[in-house]
Amino acid sequence: MNAIELLAAVVLLPFLAAPLAAWSARFNRYAAAWVAGGVTLLALAIFSWLVVLHIGQMPVATSHAWIEAAGLSFGFRLDGLSLLFTGLILVIGLLIVIYARYYLSPNDSMGRFFAYMMMFMGAMLGVVLSENMINLVIFWELTSLASFLLISYWQHRKEARYGARLALAITGAGGLALLGGVLILGHIVGSYELTDVLASGDLIKNHELYAPALILILLGVFTKSAQFPFHFWLPNAMAAPTPVSAYLHSATMVKAGIFLLARFFPALAGTELWVIIVSTAGLITFLLGAYTALFRHDLKGLLAYSTISHLGLITLLFGFGTPLAAVAGIFHIINHATFKASLFMVAGIVDHETGTRDMRRLGGLVKYMPHTAALGMIAAMAMAGVPLFNGFLSKEMFFTESVRVAGDIGPVWLLPILVSLGGLLSVAYSLRFVHDTFFGKPDGDLPKKPHEPPGMMKRPVDLLVVLCLAVGILPALVVGPLLHIAVTGVLQAEPPYYSLSLWHGFNLPLLMSAIALIGGLLLYLNRAPIFRWHARSLAHLDARTVYNRLMELLMRTGAGVTGGLDNGRLSRIVVLTLVFSLIAGLVGYVQTVGLPGVQAALDRGTVEDSGDWVTWLGMLLIIIATLVTVIGHRQRLFALITMSVVGLGVAMIFARFSAPDLAMTQLSVEVVTMILLLLALFYLPQQSRRLSSPSRRWRDAGIATVIGGGIAALTYAIISRPFETISGYFLEHSVPGGGGTNVVNVILVDFRGYDTFGEITVLALAALGIFAMLHNLSLPSSRRDPFGRAWSDDPHPLMLRTFAQIILPLTLLFGIYVFLRGHNEPGGGFIAGLIVASALVAQYMAFGIENTERKLHLPIHGVIGAGILIALGTGLVAMVVGVPFLTSNTWHFTLSLLGEIHLASAIGFDLGVFLVVVGSTMLILLNLGRLTDHAIEHPDYASIEASPADSATRGGRDA
Amino acid sequence: MTNLAISLLIGVLTGAGVYLVLRAQTFPVVLGLTLMSYGVNLFLFTMGRLHTAAPAVVGATEQSADALPQALVLTAIVIAFAMTAFVIVLALKARAALGNDHVDGTHIPQADRVMDRRKEPRA
Repeated sequence: MNAIELLAAVVLLPFLAAPLAAWSARFNRYAAAWVAGGVTLLALAIFSWLVVLHIGQMPVATSHAWIEAAGLSFGFRLDGLSLLFTGLILVIGLLIVIYARYYLSPNDSMGRFFAYMMMFMGAMLGVVLSENMINLVIFWELTSLASFLLISYWQHRKEARYGARLALAITGAGGLALLGGVLILGHIVGSYELTDVLASGDLIKNHELYAPALILILLGVFTKSAQFPFHFWLPNAMAAPTPVSAYLHSATMVKAGIFLLARFFPALAGTELWVIIVSTAGLITFLLGAYTALFRHDLKGLLAYSTISHLGLITLLFGFGTPLAAVAGIFHIINHATFKASLFMVAGIVDHETGTRDMRRLGGLVKYMPHTAALGMIAAMAMAGVPLFNGFLSKEMFFTESVRVAGDIGPVWLLPILVSLGGLLSVAYSLRFVHDTFFGKPDGDLPKKPHEPPGMMKRPVDLLVVLCLAVGILPALVVGPLLHIAVTGVLQAEPPYYSLSLWHGFNLPLLMSAIALIGGLLLYLNRAPIFRWHARSLAHLDARTVYNRLMELLMRTGAGVTGGLDNGRLSRIVVLTLVFSLIAGLVGYVQTVGLPGVQAALDRGTVEDSGDWVTWLGMLLIIIATLVTVIGHRQRLFALITMSVVGLGVAMIFARFSAPDLAMTQLSVEVVTMILLLLALFYLPQQSRRLSSPSRRWRDAGIATVIGGGIAALTYAIISRPFETISGYFLEHSVPGGGGTNVVNVILVDFRGYDTFGEITVLALAALGIFAMLHNLSLPSSRRDPFGRAWSDDPHPLMLRTFAQIILPLTLLFGIYVFLRGHNEPGGGFIAGLIVASALVAQYMAFGIENTERKLHLPIHGVIGAGILIALGTGLVAMVVGVPFLTSNTWHFTLSLLGEIHLASAIGFDLGVFLVVVGSTMLILLNLGRLTDHAIEHPDYASIEASPADSATRGGRDA
Repeated sequence: MTNLAISLLIGVLTGAGVYLVLRAQTFPVVLGLTLMSYGVNLFLFTMGRLHTAAPAVVGATEQSADALPQALVLTAIVIAFAMTAFVIVLALKARAALGNDHVDGTHIPQADRVMDRRKEPRA
């Protein structure tokens, strides 16, 4: 096994585990957790082994070609950055699985939860391990989808559904922008492989398309990582179960945007545009998040805004664009993931054991759950940046970098003051998190009597908190190597010198830390007036308002446009479609060829036009029959008869103009269509009522004339001009390639066999759909015709029975004959199928459905299924032999007595076509005929008329 | 003349189909769809030009008609049958569910009914 296969296994294992988890939960709800945990552990083991094998030779990148024309390959890449993120995803994922196993209540579906979570984990691993950028975007979109499912996990809650939709809309839109950016980037570099892109930083930064590519990619980053002004989806996503928040919204998904910043750092960073956009967004998000977090009363709300703030801090660091800032950014990613995941889990424990997350009601929990309180305090001190905890170190590096670049961004004093302010605020909200929850007094009674949670719920937090401390006290030893590898991965070069020690002497960053700590403490002590001021002046501001307005506008516009076009009437839509296509056709035509071209088209073409008067007379007769059908269409039976004249006429035209196959098909289709429409007419009013006004009828006639005239002119303009046909190819290759002389049939079963396969599938589906619609349907029918005369009460007349008996073997034989000759002479599966079907239907009509079924035992559904399978099987046999799907093969051999036998494998395919046509036609007609068994008898014809107000239509005269 | 006649025929079939499709009850709409599919099938067929006594069978005659549009039209005829069957059964289903055969599934609008009565007063 080489690296690519192992990496693919790491990414795909969670996807395989997702359905397994859902399935296993049917037997035991905890089995899902075991599956999820086991698979995560397995992936972690494989990944560790991989890292051990390749630690010296990173980056490892391999690709398998997938859709080369689109630049898409299935490739994975292992370097320091992807190593760090894969580690975070898997380790924290494992801890969250353990935690969620205890967190979810018996009412929650474990299977669904862990299935979604595994999907998310797989998608996330795909993002961080992808080598191909398009591949990366696909996984990126998958994380959005999976997080949508996870946020809306409690589907019965309104805020969960809203939060999920919001997150999907924002991150989904960002994903689209990212795709655009990646495509531009790929265009600039000429490759979508990250190895090439990361090596062409100078090319990209000097390209004229750099700005659009950068902005689009940053849109993807900012939406995913909740940067201002797209930050507002994150607090709403807190409607998810707490394990989800701890996983997605602290350690993984929101870090995907940051990951992308780091990933493209060598390719995109360092320009003025980058510094301006990224550091501005980061700084605003850092301050806004920290400020808002202080005033949240919900524990998870506070953590959500604090997450926004910390993401802003990391973004700001990457925005500085210097290698040392990238080191600080990576370091803070690690630290933030550990302390924030712990804090979310602590908030979940508090919620789980007390029943509330409102800090105004909570208090004094240190008495009831001292262990949890200790965990919360340590993690919160890390968040505040107190010395000896890991947050302090990365915050010191952040302050150092701010001071270093301060001169480049605004006045030299501005940036240090602003970041100190942000630090001060984060000290204040960390204090609030701890003090309002664990100290002081609860406000009234809590919903539940608080106590320590099950031990296993705390173990994941224990581990993370120990890490916070270990990193904080012995950074170089604990995290040094990992950080070094990760930073090498980000920079794609040896990192600059940095010091990971606790003490750097008395300097400006230390002073800033001290100011933040003391100021934060003072701010928290004097919080009451500030809270009052905030509630009065700023609390009502909400970025969601803008979003909601925009969405509402979008919905209203959509509904307005739809409502304006479609008023629920079919004729309206048909007219609009027809008129629009007419106008579009005209405009397109005139624009392309110009007025002289139109003039030329109107002139008669050059092709000789001859013919004989019998043909013209025939066509004239069809035209007359058509017009009679239209004029007399309200007498439905009459219109049906004249229309069948038209159909037969069309068949004659096919016969006249050298299309025997079409003539035979049209003829047999005409037969079954007539049976069909006659059967249907039995249940419908025998007359149409004149429902539209004369002006409406004239308008319709006008539209019909214009369209008919247009089609006629178009046809004439085309066929009066010479043309070059492509059919020569089929004529030439019909015998050598398809083994048959009837080119039409060879095209159907061989050259275009795939099309035909699709068409018989459509036919079968239509038949099944009709079967489903007719199931248990009962319709009123009458015993009289519209003129008041009773229908014949002999359903199976003797004449019909006698003839049907004689005709059946003859037609069946003829059908087989037509089928067998089809490959070389006019005929084939379609025609034979229709002939056989009409012969069988005649039997049913003559002897009744029940009787005939007893005699014939025809499993119609089976016939259709067998047809499709045989057609498919013929195609697959070709694949087994090693030629493309549906390639036909011919055999010639000589048998004594019969002479030379010539067999094409396409006959198998044609047999499938034949069976599907027979089966579908029978299924449709028989089930329609069977309706008579359930028909509700009405003595009076009028009672089945279209509406109550039509007794005037009786008597056969026109209404 | 033959080209002119077939063009005219195709135009009439299409136009008649369009007019019937715009009617308000289901059965005429089905008739219209059928007529329209005749027109479209003939149109496609005619695009291969009209040849007499030249079937597309190798070795049968010296010249051969264009086989490609024929093959396309052959399946189109069968699919048109399936579509007709589907639509007419849909119409039956709608009639069973809604109690009338108006294409919009609604009862006859009041204004139209008034007009009906005005023109043909009830006996």
